[in-house]
Amino acid sequence: MTTVHDIPLTGYRRENGRVGIRNHVLILSVDDISNAAVEGVARLIRGTMALTHPYGRLQFGEDLHLTFDTLIGTGCNPNIAAVVVIGIEPKWTDYIVSGIAKTGKPVAGFSIERYGDLKTIEMASRKAKEFVHYASELPRVPVKWDEIWVSTKCGESDTTSGLASNPTVGRVFERLEKNGNTLIFGETTEVTGAEDKIIEQCATPEVAAQFKAAFDNYQQLVESQGVSLMGTQPTEGNIRGGLSTIEEKALGNVEKMGRCKIVGFLKPAQAPKSPGLHFMDSSSAAAEMVTLCCAAGAVLHLFTTGQGNIIGNPIEPVIKLSANPNTVATMSEHIDVDVSGLLRFEFNLDGAADRTMEMMAHTINGRLTSAEALRHDEFVITKLYRSA
Amino acid sequence: MKKGILLHETADDVGVAVMDLKKGEEVGVVTLEGQSVRQIALVTDVPLGHKVAMQPLAPKQHVSEYGRAIGYASAPIAAGEHVHVHNIKSLRWAASATNLLEK
Repeated sequence: MTTVHDIPLTGYRRENGRVGIRNHVLILSVDDISNAAVEGVARLIRGTMALTHPYGRLQFGEDLHLTFDTLIGTGCNPNIAAVVVIGIEPKWTDYIVSGIAKTGKPVAGFSIERYGDLKTIEMASRKAKEFVHYASELPRVPVKWDEIWVSTKCGESDTTSGLASNPTVGRVFERLEKNGNTLIFGETTEVTGAEDKIIEQCATPEVAAQFKAAFDNYQQLVESQGVSLMGTQPTEGNIRGGLSTIEEKALGNVEKMGRCKIVGFLKPAQAPKSPGLHFMDSSSAAAEMVTLCCAAGAVLHLFTTGQGNIIGNPIEPVIKLSANPNTVATMSEHIDVDVSGLLRFEFNLDGAADRTMEMMAHTINGRLTSAEALRHDEFVITKLYRSA
Repeated sequence: MKKGILLHETADDVGVAVMDLKKGEEVGVVTLEGQSVRQIALVTDVPLGHKVAMQPLAPKQHVSEYGRAIGYASAPIAAGEHVHVHNIKSLRWAASATNLLEK
């Protein structure tokens, strides 16, 4: 019998040895006012992707660093072949360029001051065209499962999430952990009620302490606004669906980590330094969280949904799983892996994990996910506080 | 025997109905690994996605799912009874009406 492990995988091996499963040429904005030039280049040159965002001016401190870490990390992602960076002035543009250049991939920066949009677009387009020729000549080469960095998150959860789709990801993660993969999960506030379980699964007291500090910090942030997360969980919709307590909802969420040991704690957008499962301090908002996973270097995302979250990411393909038969039927264009058969006893958890890994293999090999086909290109930078 | 309940861990106090179950029905209980572990007679209706007690639970007794406590019984619960907000409560926080958008 053939198993998913026998499906040959191909990808793009980058200059730093990392493996990508997509081969984009990125045109990246350093700041909000450079978005027009970025879009101009992407419209002129076939095979490029514009990545714009509303930030990058007069940010300071930790907030500025997170924006830059997100932009640099995104440019460094192995799903990107080459990057053209455009900013208003040279200093911060060069900062982003040199951060991405550490990967060894082709990257060039252009700043608009003293040139204007039109001249910048012309210069940047000539470079983008060069990069497109470079990227389109890169061959797919054989790669191994353990070279694929995978992240996960759940959204619009209901009882089918904790019951079936999250345990399916957990089983996939257990297999990948054994295989030596690098794995990321997070959602610092959504694990409230199951933080003890996370702490128990931390491989070392240091990792547990780092997680606990980030968890407490997030709780304090929420409380500082005079609100309580505790009083809002589970939601009315969760309760209608059968969830009774915050512990139950959170325990269903963390089923995604399976029985994996958490070997590392990551700050937002920070890249893991070793194989194994990592917890990333992150918002539970879907687009923000996946954007941070992408910036940390994950090349493939497993997203579970009950009621039907439709999120995607421009660079990190998002595979969507659901075990809710109604969602699978009414929102079929968004769902890549239907695991509702678990609830009908058509297959068990291993069967659901096999189905998921088969879709992962096809996606690694180039099959577009539903979110990619539907142009769900959500790129959302986590903003920590207002700008100066 | 109709299979109707999934168990996360074999020792859990509650399983989850995978279809709307009716009072008086007797259904099979299966683990996520696909093993049939027992059968149980429903003493109340239980809708899809909601929990069913696998054994009697006394007030204040912890209720386990996923192999861990998800709360405590706030009323006596019979085997085969619907388990939800009317008879279990969080061990962590009392529910409040506070909303993220409200102060």
